[in-house]
Amino acid sequence: MQINAELLESIRSHGAREYPNECCGMLLGHADGAAKQVSEVVPLRNLRHDPARAQELLPLDDPGRESEKNRFLIDPQEQLRVEKDARARGLDVLGYYHSHPDHPALPSNYDREHAWPWYSYVILSVEQGEARELTSWVLSEDRARFDPEPVKL
Amino acid sequence: MPVKVVIPTPLRQYTGKRDSVEVEAKTVGEALAGLTSRYSDLRKHLYNEEGKLRSFVNVYVNDEDIRFLQKDQTPLAETDVISIVPSIAGGSMIRCICS
Repeated sequence: MQINAELLESIRSHGAREYPNECCGMLLGHADGAAKQVSEVVPLRNLRHDPARAQELLPLDDPGRESEKNRFLIDPQEQLRVEKDARARGLDVLGYYHSHPDHPALPSNYDREHAWPWYSYVILSVEQGEARELTSWVLSEDRARFDPEPVKL
Repeated sequence: MPVKVVIPTPLRQYTGKRDSVEVEAKTVGEALAGLTSRYSDLRKHLYNEEGKLRSFVNVYVNDEDIRFLQKDQTPLAETDVISIVPSIAGGSMIRCICS
């Protein structure tokens, strides 16, 4: 995945701004097979901020321990709107990013269970409000694991 | 009656790279059945083992979520566009609350 420094910085500052909650957003750009060139980063709202609505769309197993601090959900309506707009401008959705507040930039089991093939999943670790490591992952074809994807400037 | 189904990027590898497919259908259920019978590899990504739509697959008719319409039974008109919108969710490991 190729992305410029300015766009990377916008992901990092979004993560820091939303701390201690999880941030999330969309990566738009051009794809040629598995090769992706990110040209826009679109910050989106974490729908877990509105627990009742989020629960209706994608129920959590344990709402007592799962919240916007360790879960994110993108509003499908917002997603559809951004995707349509991107398509009209000749751009594709290449993947998504989210932050792990006070957790390493490694995909969780929950991330894997909800992942789709092909998309890039960028994870940013935010420690005590400060953006740290940023990684990118692609789900394996059998859904069994995430493979690391190099992030090139 | 042909209706258009928009295929999201990650699923286009199962539809011969097509970004939309036209199917003959009167309801959303018929449209998805038509789509998955034509492209059988799509089935496992859209349906679970019991043949129900997976919880993280959203289906829209124009801009309306079929959950809030008549689900599978939602009737279709000729100009309707069906969109398959994958739910995007995730999160970190749950912190161990044992001490």
